[in-house]
Amino acid sequence: MSPSATGRNTAASADQRIVVRKTYKLYIGGVFPRSESGRTYEVRDSHDRFLANAAMGSRKDARDAVVAARGAFGKWAGATAYSRGQVLYRVAELMEGRRAQFATEVGAAEGLTPARADKVVSQAVDRWVWYAGWSDKLAQVLGGVNPVAGPYFNISAPEPTGVVAALAPQCSSLLGLVSVLAPIIVSGNTAVVLTSESRPLPAMTLSEVLATSDVPAGVINLISGHTAEVAPWLAAHQDVNAIDLAGAAEADDLSWALLERASAENLKRVLRPAGKDTDAVEPDWSATPDLNRIKAYLETKTVWHPKGR
Amino acid sequence: MSSSTATASARELLGVEALTNASLTRWLHGLPGVDQVGADARAAGLGTRSIKTTSKAWAIDTAITMIDLTTLEGADTERKVRSVCAKAMAPDPGDPATPQVAAVCIYADLVPMAVEALKSSNIHVAAVTSAFPSGRATMAVKLTDTQDALRAGAHEIDMVIDRGAFLSGRYLQVFNEIAAIKEACAREGTHGAPAHLKVIFETGELVTYDNVRRASWLAMLAGADFIKTSTGKVSPAATLPVTLVMLEAVRDWRDLTGTQVGVKPAGGIRTTKDALKYLVMVNEVAGDDWLGPAWFRFGASGLLNDLLLQRQKLATGHYSGADYVTID
Amino acid sequence: MAKFEYAPAPESRAVVSIRPSYGLFIGGEFVQSIDGSRFKTINPSSEEVLAEVTEAGEADVEAAVRAARKAFDGPWGRLPGAERGKYLFRIARILQERAREFTVLETLDNGKPIKESRDVDIPLAAAHFFYHAGWADKLEHAGLSDGSGQPPKPLGVVGQVIPWNFPLLMLSWKIAPALAAGNTVVLKPAETTPLTALLFAEVCQQADLPPGVVNILTGAGETGRHLIEHPGVDKVAFTGSTQVGKAIARSIAGTRKRATLELGGKAANIVFDDAAIDEAVEGIVNGIFFNQGHVCCAGSRLLVQENVADDVIMRLKRRLQTLRVGDPMDKNTDVGAINSAAQLARIRELTQIGESEGATRWSAPCALPERGFWFAPTVFTDVSQSHRIAQEEIFGPVLSVLTFRTPQEAVAKANNTPYGLSAGIWSEKGSRILWMADQLRAGVVWANTFNRFDPTSPFGGYKESGYGREGGRHGLAAYVTTGASR
Repeated sequence: MSPSATGRNTAASADQRIVVRKTYKLYIGGVFPRSESGRTYEVRDSHDRFLANAAMGSRKDARDAVVAARGAFGKWAGATAYSRGQVLYRVAELMEGRRAQFATEVGAAEGLTPARADKVVSQAVDRWVWYAGWSDKLAQVLGGVNPVAGPYFNISAPEPTGVVAALAPQCSSLLGLVSVLAPIIVSGNTAVVLTSESRPLPAMTLSEVLATSDVPAGVINLISGHTAEVAPWLAAHQDVNAIDLAGAAEADDLSWALLERASAENLKRVLRPAGKDTDAVEPDWSATPDLNRIKAYLETKTVWHPKGR
Repeated sequence: MSSSTATASARELLGVEALTNASLTRWLHGLPGVDQVGADARAAGLGTRSIKTTSKAWAIDTAITMIDLTTLEGADTERKVRSVCAKAMAPDPGDPATPQVAAVCIYADLVPMAVEALKSSNIHVAAVTSAFPSGRATMAVKLTDTQDALRAGAHEIDMVIDRGAFLSGRYLQVFNEIAAIKEACAREGTHGAPAHLKVIFETGELVTYDNVRRASWLAMLAGADFIKTSTGKVSPAATLPVTLVMLEAVRDWRDLTGTQVGVKPAGGIRTTKDALKYLVMVNEVAGDDWLGPAWFRFGASGLLNDLLLQRQKLATGHYSGADYVTID
Repeated sequence: MAKFEYAPAPESRAVVSIRPSYGLFIGGEFVQSIDGSRFKTINPSSEEVLAEVTEAGEADVEAAVRAARKAFDGPWGRLPGAERGKYLFRIARILQERAREFTVLETLDNGKPIKESRDVDIPLAAAHFFYHAGWADKLEHAGLSDGSGQPPKPLGVVGQVIPWNFPLLMLSWKIAPALAAGNTVVLKPAETTPLTALLFAEVCQQADLPPGVVNILTGAGETGRHLIEHPGVDKVAFTGSTQVGKAIARSIAGTRKRATLELGGKAANIVFDDAAIDEAVEGIVNGIFFNQGHVCCAGSRLLVQENVADDVIMRLKRRLQTLRVGDPMDKNTDVGAINSAAQLARIRELTQIGESEGATRWSAPCALPERGFWFAPTVFTDVSQSHRIAQEEIFGPVLSVLTFRTPQEAVAKANNTPYGLSAGIWSEKGSRILWMADQLRAGVVWANTFNRFDPTSPFGGYKESGYGREGGRHGLAAYVTTGASR
């Protein structure tokens, strides 16, 4: 009997090979530290079987991630749009190369059949490619020259807002994650992402792809752990410019209203979770997105210059 | 030339009655601007030249002869300086045909040791003075610093400008400081000829290419024999575009006045590849007349060993290693 | 002899293998011609024969258009944009992977310096595919809708004819947007530069592009004419001479065939007295001597403000002494060979005319190789607006220098031409640049730079320099149903 790809030896036998299991850590500043708190927690699959111990991120890990993201912002925002697009496309190439691994992890995490898991992985890779192709087009679609009534050249252009915190979707552990993460960074923002609390493993495998695909250190930071514990610290963090509350849906002990209120302290740009009124729900991530997730983290700068001899 | 001679020539060149800060400002601010993107592109384009075989061999040897072998550490001792001097005289003990460097560049108080160690060679002793590297001291201190070095036998003086004065627009003050030190070089030189004066701008602190152009013209007006990019203590130090602007300045200065001034990029030039890019730039921007140690120097320390490694590769046909070049 | 001579630094030819002969690329395969003939393509720097290629005949054009139509009506037409885009991403990546091969091949076939193929042509070609790959599934965001709420649709089969000056780059400017929008393509590369297009056909195969989506027909003027005039072609795209552009405009009159034309130019490069002078001189040199002046948007007229004219001309001539003319395969060559004997004859003829018109001729001193087609960088001063060398496109390394006194006079002289492709402005004063840009009747205005291209930046001309734009969001319009009326 061969072991499953998640590393469970379902029965011992004399000539069975013992699998070398992966350790799952955080991804901060381009490296893989354990949580500074030293804590871990059990991740279980949809049948409540043990999968792995994930790092339980703390507020200090989040603090360090924000420092890393801020440090990486200048260079990432200053890179050409072409170069960012290339980096994102490279991530898609490497995701595709690891599709079997992703499919196994997503299947185990979300209780999907291999065929469904395979489809989800395809969607996630295609989602990443879709966003990669936006990098060098945003300015053309969202910006333009304004015909002011005077001898002035006047142009409006979108710019990234800075460091964006995101609560990744709790249920859709890969496709939802990608759908929340790619629109943040494609325009030059850097990201601090709290992964799905109960389904963090695909995110950590994604971080391995990020670390090997020309994404500069600190541009993306992924923290697993208890969402309700860490999210308030990011929501209140004065050096975070925007926050995506998607992962407040289906999260334990979490009020997205309180997070939005904390965000008001430095007027973060807040992307509210899907749903009506006070409810927060997780949307269907398979539909082709619109531009709202990209626009949520863009500022518009308008520049004037006289025209004269 | 004396300070007052410098002032007189400057007045004549500017066409003014009195050399005031205002007249200097008008003159310097009237120089053509430098487009940063264009200058960077030109420097990068020149950097694509491919220098091979015979031209590479010539360039490596020429680069070696242009080095001011430098040690400028608080921890420098007499023995350290003696070691650097020995390296300067025989860069590669395995090949006595290796050319010698142009000068050894050290702090002023170590000049006597260096003069003694180098006396059997033609290698010059260059001393950094005028409150190097910061330039933050009174003029009296800067002059004494310089005089001490000259009396001890320095052939060359590498002074720093007062960047605070420059950036706050006190051009006349910068002019006067350079002119005074140039005069000291003429008066106190102990080798039968005036010591030659290099003026360091610390281009990393001046930041813009327009400032580098203005500093170049100001220094040349005040009598600099060489204009130099950096102290090596601030990053960025020498860069190709900054050196490009300075080469354009000395070229245009000679066209205007007939006087030739040298250029020395210093700091951050570590590899043979870098050095060759600089030589290409000298070749295509200033020309043949600047392609020698009399008019172009590299302020460097580690560069020498990389040049030697490349020299060894050309001679043997295979890659060399750190064990085959000496530390100084 | 100069102190610092650069030893020869030749790029190796070994990286590319050229077949002795090539067929036509139709329906995903290299096939023999039905009714065409053979001709040779040579290396213009040495006149060495590189390969034998096919001149496609009328029946070949018919076969190619049919293959393109079949692909459009079949798999390609049904493919979702996202999947189309992935093919283009593959092509972009393969061009990056095989960059060295394409670089060498382009230089051998065209005569341009290897450093230009390597640093400009090939990287830009890959970038063009990369940019357009991302549009394939985003066309509804490109501002092209007709208000019906439907995303823009492709036109069908596109016939494209490209020139010899930037062979692979012009191919990418044509094919990338056409495919991104969902069209299929029949492309004819120039007679003297077919080889990188034929190698591109291999890239299409490596990318598993469905057969018939891209078809490459080599040939000369007649092949191009058959393609343009074929009734099965829904849209034509042409880059080349104004004369042929006009012929195309005439031939499609009365049909519903759409066309974009990118034609000649006689651009003014305008230098004001407050220009950053050293960078302006570089811009003048780049403007007319880059690619041997074989550039439709070349800054072939220098308009220099009279009060700085002598200084600028002195600096320009000094700068031209360091231009290296010679073997295009040498990495240190700045100016390569003229593309063909015919083009060389034309350049010689026009420069002769310039002399007889009374302009003062000066050429950079340089030793020209014996074999091959060569012309030394040349500057004419004392040129007047009514001289033929100020009006006619020479398409070679020849600069005509005129002067002006005021901004208005610069504008008047710059615009006084039937052409309107590009212009350059050199000044450190922002308002002046923007005011001038407003006044100049040119599709591309470069301020304090010249000859810069980017896939995101629309390119095309006013007046007899053609119509339509290539690149950017605007460039997509030509390839979809809800775009421009032409």
